[in-house]
Amino acid sequence: MPAEKITRMANQIARFMESKPHDEGVSLTASHINDFWEPRMRRHLFAILDAGGEGLRPLVIDAAPNIRRPEPVA
Amino acid sequence: MKDFIIPWDDRDYGTPASTATEMVSLTIDGFDITVPAGTSIMRAAAEIGISVPKLCATDSVEAFGSCRLCLVEIEGRNGTPASCTTPVAEGLQVKTQTGKLKQLRRGVMELYISDHPLDCLTCSANGDCELQDMAGAVGLRDVRYEAPKDGLMTTHFLPRNNGHANPQYMAVDHSNPYFDYDPSKCIVCSRCVRACEEVQGTFALTIQGRGWDSRVSAGTSDDNFLTSDCVSCGACVQACPTATLVEKSVVEIGTPERSVITTCAYCGVGCSFKAEMRGDELVRMVPHKSGEANRGHSCVKGRFAWGYANHKERILNPMIRDKITDPWREVSWDEALSFTAKRMQGIIDDHGRHAVGVITSSRCTNEETYLVQKLTRAVFQNNNTDTCARVCHSPTGYGLGQTFGTSAGTQNFDSVEHTDVALIIGANPSDAHPVFASRLKKRLRGGAKVIVVDPRRTELVEDAPHIRAAHHLPLRPGTNVAVITAMAHVIVTESLYDEDFIRERCDWDEFQDYAEFVALEQNSPEAIQELCGVDPQELRQAARLYATGGNAAIYYGLGVTEHSQGSTSVIGIANLAMLTGNIGKLGAGVNPLRGQNNVQGSCDMGSFPHELPGYRHVKLDDSRNLFEEAWGVQIDNEPGLRINNMLDAAVEGSFRGLYCQGEDILQSDPDTKHVAAGLAAMDCVIVHDLFLNETANYAHVFLPGSSFLEKDGTFTNAERRINRVRKVMAPKNGYADWEVTQLLANAMGANWNYIHPSQIMDEIAMLTPSFAGVSYDMLEEKGSVQWPCNAAAPEGTPTMHMDGFVRGKGKFIRTEYVATDEKTGPRFPLLLTTGRILSQYNVGAQTRRTENVIWHDQDVLEIHAHDAENRGIRNGDLVRLASRSGETTLRAEITDRVSPGVVYTTFHHPDTQANVITTDYSDWATNCPEYKVTAVQVAPSNGPTQWQQEYAAQAEQSRRILPAAE
Repeated sequence: MPAEKITRMANQIARFMESKPHDEGVSLTASHINDFWEPRMRRHLFAILDAGGEGLRPLVIDAAPNIRRPEPVA
Repeated sequence: MKDFIIPWDDRDYGTPASTATEMVSLTIDGFDITVPAGTSIMRAAAEIGISVPKLCATDSVEAFGSCRLCLVEIEGRNGTPASCTTPVAEGLQVKTQTGKLKQLRRGVMELYISDHPLDCLTCSANGDCELQDMAGAVGLRDVRYEAPKDGLMTTHFLPRNNGHANPQYMAVDHSNPYFDYDPSKCIVCSRCVRACEEVQGTFALTIQGRGWDSRVSAGTSDDNFLTSDCVSCGACVQACPTATLVEKSVVEIGTPERSVITTCAYCGVGCSFKAEMRGDELVRMVPHKSGEANRGHSCVKGRFAWGYANHKERILNPMIRDKITDPWREVSWDEALSFTAKRMQGIIDDHGRHAVGVITSSRCTNEETYLVQKLTRAVFQNNNTDTCARVCHSPTGYGLGQTFGTSAGTQNFDSVEHTDVALIIGANPSDAHPVFASRLKKRLRGGAKVIVVDPRRTELVEDAPHIRAAHHLPLRPGTNVAVITAMAHVIVTESLYDEDFIRERCDWDEFQDYAEFVALEQNSPEAIQELCGVDPQELRQAARLYATGGNAAIYYGLGVTEHSQGSTSVIGIANLAMLTGNIGKLGAGVNPLRGQNNVQGSCDMGSFPHELPGYRHVKLDDSRNLFEEAWGVQIDNEPGLRINNMLDAAVEGSFRGLYCQGEDILQSDPDTKHVAAGLAAMDCVIVHDLFLNETANYAHVFLPGSSFLEKDGTFTNAERRINRVRKVMAPKNGYADWEVTQLLANAMGANWNYIHPSQIMDEIAMLTPSFAGVSYDMLEEKGSVQWPCNAAAPEGTPTMHMDGFVRGKGKFIRTEYVATDEKTGPRFPLLLTTGRILSQYNVGAQTRRTENVIWHDQDVLEIHAHDAENRGIRNGDLVRLASRSGETTLRAEITDRVSPGVVYTTFHHPDTQANVITTDYSDWATNCPEYKVTAVQVAPSNGPTQWQQEYAAQAEQSRRILPAAE
C-alpha cells in the first residue's frame, strides 16, 4: 500500500477526531485504527511513524503509542 | 426436501380495510358481524366468507361503484345500493342474494357479455378471468342482445361489421415487452386506471372518451404503453379482471398451476412475490398481498425482469484455467473443486493464511453469506471477508452504531403511512426503491410534506403527479455534512429541539457539547451558502419543517454514504432525529434505503472483516469463544482486509487468492484500473456467479451460481425483515450456492454437513442474539419477522429504540465539515455524481439480460445546457468524460435536472464503465468509496477511448471457452 494512501487514510481519521477534546481524540484515533486496520495496514503506518511520521497530522502521531504494533513479518 | 407452500389468505375483499377503531355490528344474510366503521358492506360480507359478485371492485384500490353487479338490499332502505360504496352502519340487515338482486345482476352481466367476445377457450385469461367467474356466479345462460345489422352501433370487439371496418375496434397494443393491452376484452371497470393512480402513483392511464366511447388509454391518443409515462410496475395488469391487460408470458405459456411465496432478488425493499409455476417453468411473478414490505405492489424489475435466469449467456458448468490469458476449460465439479482447493492451499502454504480471503454477496441468501464468511474465518483462519456493503452502506453501520448502538433502519415500511414530513437525503427512491417510493408518494398525496436534499432534481421534487417538494436543497456534491449540520444549527439556535426527549433518552452533556458546536456561526446556513450552493432561507425553512411538522422521518441513500465524510453525514442524520425526538415512534426514524436485496443481511451475517455475525468485534474474547466452540477452530482476533485494502495488498503481493461470490467488483467498485491491477496480480481468483461477469475476466476459476428461484434461504431487507426465499425449480447449474461453498470448504478439509439451509439458520440463531428466535418453522408460520427477534421480542421488532436506544443513551457527536480532497480545478472543472435508473439494477448483470434494455440500452451523461453550450455539445452527442483516474465516452443528455457544474451518469453498462472515472478516495471511517464526487472534464468525442477499446478486447479474449474435452 503506498505510503501516501496510508497517510491520507490516517489523516482522515484524525481530522474527524480533532473535533473532540484532545485526549479523547487521541484515544479514539488509536482505537479506530486498532479496530478497523488489518495488521498489514498498521505495519505500513508504523513504517511511516518510525521514519518520523512525515505528512501525518499531529493527532496520529500522538495516538501512535496506543496503536497496536503488529508482529514483524516472519 | 421441498418447501412448497400454500399462499396465505390472499382473497380479494373488494375494498381496502378500514383503519377505524370504532366498531360497528350488522347482519348480513342472517349472520352477525362486527367490523371497523368505514368498512364497506362488500368487505364485511367477505369477512364472513360471503363473496358478493363484483367486477369494478378490488381491495387494492378505493371503491368506485361503476359495475352495478355488487348490489344488495338493506332492510328499511330504498333501492339496491352497491355494496362496495355503501359503508356499514349499526344494526343494518343486509341481504346479498334475493330474487330481485339475482335478476338485476343477470341483466347487468348480460349487457357486459353482449359487448365481449365469446372466445373463452382460446383466451389467455381462460380460467383466470373474473368476468367469466361472474357470468357463472350470476347464472347467465343466454345473451339476447347483439349489434344491430345496420352498422350504426356495433361492438368494441369485432374487427369488421357488415363487411366494413369497425371504427370502435382497436387492435392489441403489444408495445410493452412484458404485457399486452387488448382493448377488445376491456369492460372499462377502471381498475387499471385507479391502480396506476392509487397504488403506483404514476397516473399514466386514463379513461378517454365518454359513454360508449370510453376506452382505457395510456398517455395521449398518440401514445402506446411503451411511449406513455407507464413505468411497467404491473399494478394495472394485476388489477385487470379480464384478459385486457395480461402478461405476455401467460399468453405464451398458459395459466399457472401452483404458486410459491418467495422474495424478490433485486433492491433492498424486499418485496414478497408469488412465483406462479407450471411444472418447473416460471409463468409469472405476482406481488404477494400479505407481503409486509410491499403490500401487494411491485416494480418492473421484480414483477417482470426475471428472464435473466434462463438467459443464453448463463454459465452452467464449472470452468478453470491456469492463467487469465488462457481460454476457459469446462470441467467437472470434482476437477474444478480440487483445482481450486489445491491453488488456494498452495497460496496459504507459501504466503501464509492471511494471503487469501472472500467477498460475500449481498445478492445471495443469509445462509450463503454466513457460510462464505465462515469459510474464511474457520477454514482459511483469517478475517479477510468483505461485502459490497463496503461500497454502499458501511458508513451507515458505523454512524448508526456510534449514535444509536446498532446499524440498521429503525422502522418498517408501513411506518411511512404515519409520516407527516419525509426528509429524503441523497436517495432517489422512484428509481432505486420504486415500491417504497409508491408507498411514500401515496402518503404525500394524502397530505404529508417532503423535503429533498439532492444535487439532482429527482422525481419527488416536482415531477411526480400531484406531488411537489416543500423544499428542494440542490446542494453541491460533497457538502452533505455542511448542510445537515446547518439544519441542526437552525434547530438548536431557534430552540426547535425536543428538550424532554433529549433529557430522557440522550446524554445531556454530549448534547450540550454538540449544541455548542452546531450553534457556531460557521455552521449557519448563511455561512455555508458559498460552499454548498443552497439558499439559506430555503435551508432554514426546511429545518423548521423537519423539526416542527409532526412525525418526521429521514430516508437516505448512497448519496449520503458514498463520500469521504459518509460516516459523518450518517452521524449528522442521527443527530437530527435525536434533536427533534423523531426516533422510536411510528412515522419517524432514520431509514437507510439499502441497495441490494440482502445487503442488510450480509452485514448481519458477519461479512465485515472486523466483526462476527451479529456485529460483534473480533477483538472481543467472549464473542470469539462462542464461535470457536461452535466451529472447533481458533478465530483470528485481528480485523481483516476490506475490499479496497485487499486490492492494495494484492498489488503489493501479500494478498493472492480471492473467492468472490455473486459480486462484480471490477464493474461496481471505484477506480476500475486499480481493481483490475489488483485482480491481475492474484494467483487464484474464484468467481462464483450466474454469468461471466467483468471480474471473471481476471478469474482462474468460474463456479456457476444458482438463481434465487433455485434455492431455499432468507433475505433481510432494509427494514430488517427476514423473508423466505423458496426454491421453485432445481438449480440449473446442479447446486445451490450454499452447496457450492460447502463443497469448496470440504475440498479444503472442512467437513461441513449441512443438508438444508434451515440448519444453517439454526446455527445462526444459536450464535447470534438478535436472531435467537428465528427459524424456518417460525417464518413458515409468520411469513416474515424483523430482527431483533429473541426472548425479549418474540414477535420481532417493527420499530427500534422505542423504550431506549440499543446503546443506552443516544450519543450526539460533533460533525465538522471537512472538504473532500477531490476538488475541481482548471483541468477537471465539473463534478460527476452517479446513480441508478428504474429499469436497470446496479451493474446490470441481471437487468441487461432482460427486455428492460428497451428502456435503457446505454448509460448517458446528464449535463446542464450551460455546461454543454460552453463545450459545443449537443443533445445525443458522443462525449469524452475524463477524470484524473481515467476516461470513457458516452452520449450526452442535456437537462436541467442537474445544476450547472454538475454532471450525472449511471453505471449499468460495462462498455461505458463509469467507474473508470471514479477515484480511490473513500470514507474516513469505513473506506466506503467516494463514488458521488469526482472532478471531471467533458468534451466532444468521435469514438470510444483507447481504454474502452483495450478493455473490450481484453474482455473478449478472456471470455473464450474451449469445448469440453470428454
